[in-house]
Amino acid sequence: MRLLRFGRWLRAGVAAAGPPGPPQVTAELLAHLEHLALVDFRDAEGVERLQKAIQFAEQLHEVNTDGVEPMDSVLEDRCLYLREDDVTEGNCTKELLKNAREKVEEYFVAPPGNIPLPKLDKQETSLQGS
Amino acid sequence: MAAVAARRCGRGSGIWRRAWWRGVASNARGEAVPAGKSGLASWVPVVGLEIHAQISSNSKLFSGSEVQFAAPPNTLVSFFDASLPGTLPVLNRRCVEAAVMTGLALNCSINKKSLFDRKHYFYADLPAGYQITQQRVPIAVNGSLSYGLCIDNKMSQMVTKTVRIKQIQLEQDSGKSLHDDTRSQTLVDLNRAGVGLMEVVMEPDMCCGEEAAAAVRELQLILQTLGSSQAVMAEGQLRVDANVSVHHPGDPHGVRTEVKNINSIRFLAKAVDYEIQRQIEELENGGTILNETRAFDSRLGCTVPMRDKEGKQDYRFMPEPNLPPLILYDAKSLPANMNHQQVVNIDWIRERLPDLPSVKRAKLVEQYEILPEHSFTLLNEEGLTVFFENVVKQTQMKPRKVIGWILNDLLSYLKQRSLTVKESPVSSFLLADLLNLVEKKEISAAAAKQVLAELWKGEGKTPLEIVKEKKLELIQDQKELEQICQLVIDGHENEVDESKTGCLIGGHISGYGDKGRKSKSSKQVNWPGTKRNPWTLQSCSGEAIIREEAVRVVTRENHPSVYRKRMLGSVWFTANELWCLHMQHWDYWLFSSSTMS
Repeated sequence: MRLLRFGRWLRAGVAAAGPPGPPQVTAELLAHLEHLALVDFRDAEGVERLQKAIQFAEQLHEVNTDGVEPMDSVLEDRCLYLREDDVTEGNCTKELLKNAREKVEEYFVAPPGNIPLPKLDKQETSLQGS
Repeated sequence: MAAVAARRCGRGSGIWRRAWWRGVASNARGEAVPAGKSGLASWVPVVGLEIHAQISSNSKLFSGSEVQFAAPPNTLVSFFDASLPGTLPVLNRRCVEAAVMTGLALNCSINKKSLFDRKHYFYADLPAGYQITQQRVPIAVNGSLSYGLCIDNKMSQMVTKTVRIKQIQLEQDSGKSLHDDTRSQTLVDLNRAGVGLMEVVMEPDMCCGEEAAAAVRELQLILQTLGSSQAVMAEGQLRVDANVSVHHPGDPHGVRTEVKNINSIRFLAKAVDYEIQRQIEELENGGTILNETRAFDSRLGCTVPMRDKEGKQDYRFMPEPNLPPLILYDAKSLPANMNHQQVVNIDWIRERLPDLPSVKRAKLVEQYEILPEHSFTLLNEEGLTVFFENVVKQTQMKPRKVIGWILNDLLSYLKQRSLTVKESPVSSFLLADLLNLVEKKEISAAAAKQVLAELWKGEGKTPLEIVKEKKLELIQDQKELEQICQLVIDGHENEVDESKTGCLIGGHISGYGDKGRKSKSSKQVNWPGTKRNPWTLQSCSGEAIIREEAVRVVTRENHPSVYRKRMLGSVWFTANELWCLHMQHWDYWLFSSSTMS
C-alpha cells in the first residue's frame, strides 16, 4: 500500500510534461523524502532499489480505473462505531514510562525540537552516476 | 492633495492609506501609525483565522482517557494516546454531536458522510507521527459568523459584519512540550494528546486586528452558549492562529505568514495589527515577505520567526484506514431499526440548540427596550445578563434606567477591582432595593451613588440602613422646605433685585468644594427655567432637596443674618443669587417659580 502512495505522491510532486512515466529521482527529491519520512537511502544501491520500487508500482497504470471510486480501506463499508462519552482508561503512568529511555519526574524526555538532518554531499556524487 | 484618508475597516474595503506629505499610515481607528518612505500607497490587509476549540467532553476523541486541565503529567493517557502498537481509535459520540451543534450554530451545511485522514509530521508531542484529522471531507462546510464591531471607542455605534466559515473539522490534539533550554531537552506530557478539537477555518474576510478579535469573541460566546467548548483561551481551550498578508488593491493576495502563540483576544488584535504593519514596512522598504510561521511575543508586542518551521511542510495526507466514514442522519434518512446510541441525528440536535448570543441580544433589546450596544456589554460579561434581569424583576424602575446603573456604576466598580459578576459584594437584591428607594423618590440619584459606594464595602448593611445612617433621605415635608428656602432668601435680601422679575431657574448643582469658594466670574448664569410652583424645591430630576445639605449650608457660621430671619411670602431670586448659593455646595437645588408679568 505504501508503495502505491509513494508512486502516486511522487508523480504529483514532479511536474510531468507528457504522459506519466517513471519520474526521475533527483538528489533534491531524495533529500525531501528523507526529511519527511526519516528514511536513509544511504548509497547508490538504496536509490536504485527505490527506483525499481517505483517502476513496480507503475504497473498499476495498466488497470483502467475510469469511473471507479478510489477505495480507502477494505473496511470502508462498515459502520463506524460510536463510543459513549465515559472515562474508561488512563492512570497507567508507570507502565507507559517503562518504555521511556529517559524520564524526568513522570515526563517523557525528548531532544529540544526537531534535529535537522545533516547535509549529505556524498549522496549527490552517487546519484550523478545513475 | 489627498488628505489622510482614515478609511476605517468598518466601512468600505478597509484600505490603509498613507498621506504622502505626512508619511503616516492610518489604521482602522484613524490613528496615525508611522510607516516607511513617503508615497501614495494603499495597502489592503487580509486576515484569515484558524481556530482550534477543545471539545468539552468527559473523554478524548478516540480513546477513553479523561479530559482534564492541569492533572499530574501522563496520568490521563491510555495506550492509544501513547501510540503503542496494536491500539486502534474508537470515535467518541459526544465529540461528533459537539461538532454538529457548532456547525449548525454557524449556519454550515453538515456533511452526512465525512472522512478521517492522517496528517503526518514529526514532533515529540505527537507520539504516532501523525494526527487524525478530516482533510478531504470535513464534518461541516460553508457557514458564516456574524459579529458586532463598534465604530468608535465609546461603544455607541455598532455595525454587524460577517465572516465566512470555510469548514469545521474534528481532529486530535497533540501533547504538551515543556522546553527546558538549560538542559537542552524537551519534557513531554501526553495528557492533552488525543483530546478532541474542532478546527474552525475562516475565510480571509477580515482586515484588521479589531475585526479578528470581535469575530473570535463572538465565536467564544457561541461555543460557550452551546456548551460544545468552554473556550477559555487562558486554559488553551481556544487557540487562534492568524494568517496575515497585505496587497495593493487590485493585485492578487500577497504572501501570507502565520502567527501563532496568541494567548488572549487582546493579544490577537495586537499581533495581527503588528504583523500587518511589519509586512507593509517590509514591502515598502523593498523587502519580501517569507511564507513562514511567526510567534507572537506578548512581552515585546511583536512577532518573531519560529524555529522548526522553515519552508512549506508536506503533511502526506492519507485516508485513516482504521476508521470507516462517519455517517450522520437526519429525520428523513433515519434508518428504522438502528440502535439509538449509534445514531447521530442532525435534526434532533438542531431542535435542541439553545438561543445563540445574537438571538439573546435581540430578545433583550426587544423585551427591555435597551440599546443594542447595551445588549453586547450584557452578554460579554459572564453573569451580567442574569444579574440585570434579576434587578429588573425586583424593582419598579424602568429597565432603561436600570441598565444605566448596571453598566455605568456596577460594571465600572467590578472592572476597577477586577471582579467577576459572581464575586460582586452588591447582590442583585441589594441593588434592586437601592433602586427602589431612588424610584420612590426617597433619595436622590447622587445619594444613591453614595449608598452604592457604602454597599460595595460589603459590610452587610441594607440600603435603607445606610440611608438612615448617613441621613441621606430627601426632604418631603413642604413646610420644612419652605423654611429652609426662606432662610436662604433672607440671608441674601440685599442681593434681591426687585426690578428683576422672577428668573425661572433650573440647575443641577453638585459639589463638595470648599466652603468659601466664590466663582471666579460673578456674571450671571442663564439657566433654562420651568413653570412650577414657586416654593418647590426640587432637583433637576424631580427629587426633593437633601435636608442635610441645606441645613448644613444655612448655619449660624455661614449666614448669621439668614439664620435669624423668618419666613415671608413668595420670593424671587436672580441667577446671581443662585450662583452664590451654588458655590456654597448645595447639593441639588432647583429654585423655580411660576411666570410673572
